[in-house]
Amino acid sequence: MSPNNLLLRLFPVLIATIVTMTASPVRAGESAGMALLERRCASCHNLTGPAPTTIHALWARKAPDLFYAGNKFRKAWLTSWLQHPVRIRPAGEFYANHVKPGPNRDMVDESTLTPHPALNAADANLAAEALMTLRAHDDLIAKENVPPGTISKSMGSLVFDKFLGCMACHRIRPDFGGLSGPELYTAGSRLKPAFMASYIRSPQSWDPKIWMPNKHVSDTRIVQLVHYLQALSKGKSHE
Amino acid sequence: MNKKSFFLLGCLVFWTLFPAMAGTSLAASAKDNYRTYCAQCHGIQGNGRGVNIRDMSVQPRNHTDASYMSQRSDEDLAKADREGGLAIDKSVLMPPWGDTLSPAEIKDMVQYLRTLCHCTYNAQ
Repeated sequence: MSPNNLLLRLFPVLIATIVTMTASPVRAGESAGMALLERRCASCHNLTGPAPTTIHALWARKAPDLFYAGNKFRKAWLTSWLQHPVRIRPAGEFYANHVKPGPNRDMVDESTLTPHPALNAADANLAAEALMTLRAHDDLIAKENVPPGTISKSMGSLVFDKFLGCMACHRIRPDFGGLSGPELYTAGSRLKPAFMASYIRSPQSWDPKIWMPNKHVSDTRIVQLVHYLQALSKGKSHE
Repeated sequence: MNKKSFFLLGCLVFWTLFPAMAGTSLAASAKDNYRTYCAQCHGIQGNGRGVNIRDMSVQPRNHTDASYMSQRSDEDLAKADREGGLAIDKSVLMPPWGDTLSPAEIKDMVQYLRTLCHCTYNAQ
């Protein structure tokens, strides 16, 4: 066999070796990340979908679905939060499972809520990487276009509270707002803009039985709400 | 018992039990829907004292208040449920549930509200 023929025969092997050497660390990382999600997260979070399609399945859900986490969360927030988790849903999931009658109003029964486990930095990075690959509903995200922009705090508050009544269920400060929905004063750093827009437009497209209504919010108002939530999470807004 | 008598007895049992079974199922469904969607503001006991109310500028309706609820027609209640508070000149804090509940579920919900207030529409 001539040296040229040998080179030709070995060429595919060489290419395959190079591809394997460059790709395997990534695949190994993804695989380790998914294994971590399966081991640490899957007992409470749905990683594969679909979302509950019956009320009783909704009631049985222990924690938010993560099968579209890559379209929902900002990776930097995930990495940080997983190391220092703080409750996002004041009344837990499903809220009515954690509420009992009180003297003046129904109260959250804190004894039924369990803290989210914390991960070390390496695992948080690995988990965030893996969560970013879970991207159900790309089609819904592709429909949204939220231009960068700002809104005054007073105008944003007017839209959020007076025009749309969102504060009924959501907190916009740690000490103000409703409890049955997730708090929104960190939503801007937690969530991707297109996800916020899409979820406000049609919560049922993401979670068919969710207790958030479709208020048929206009395109203009949706953009205003996203800018308002971004301003809230920055702790500042343009007065 | 001949075949005809057996058939008639079967029909009688079916006609007697089926509406009751259907009624139980519908009521349970409306009750579940109430716990899922309405209770967050109107309270798990329907008394208007839900977990969300502390900072609301307008307090949710007490569905056990017969004197108020009897002044609201079934159509008014269905419209508020379907289209939200603004549709009946009430608060924006009451959202529309028309994309969440089917027309049949909203109809059942109105009947469930009547069981909470132990009242019927009584226009004065």
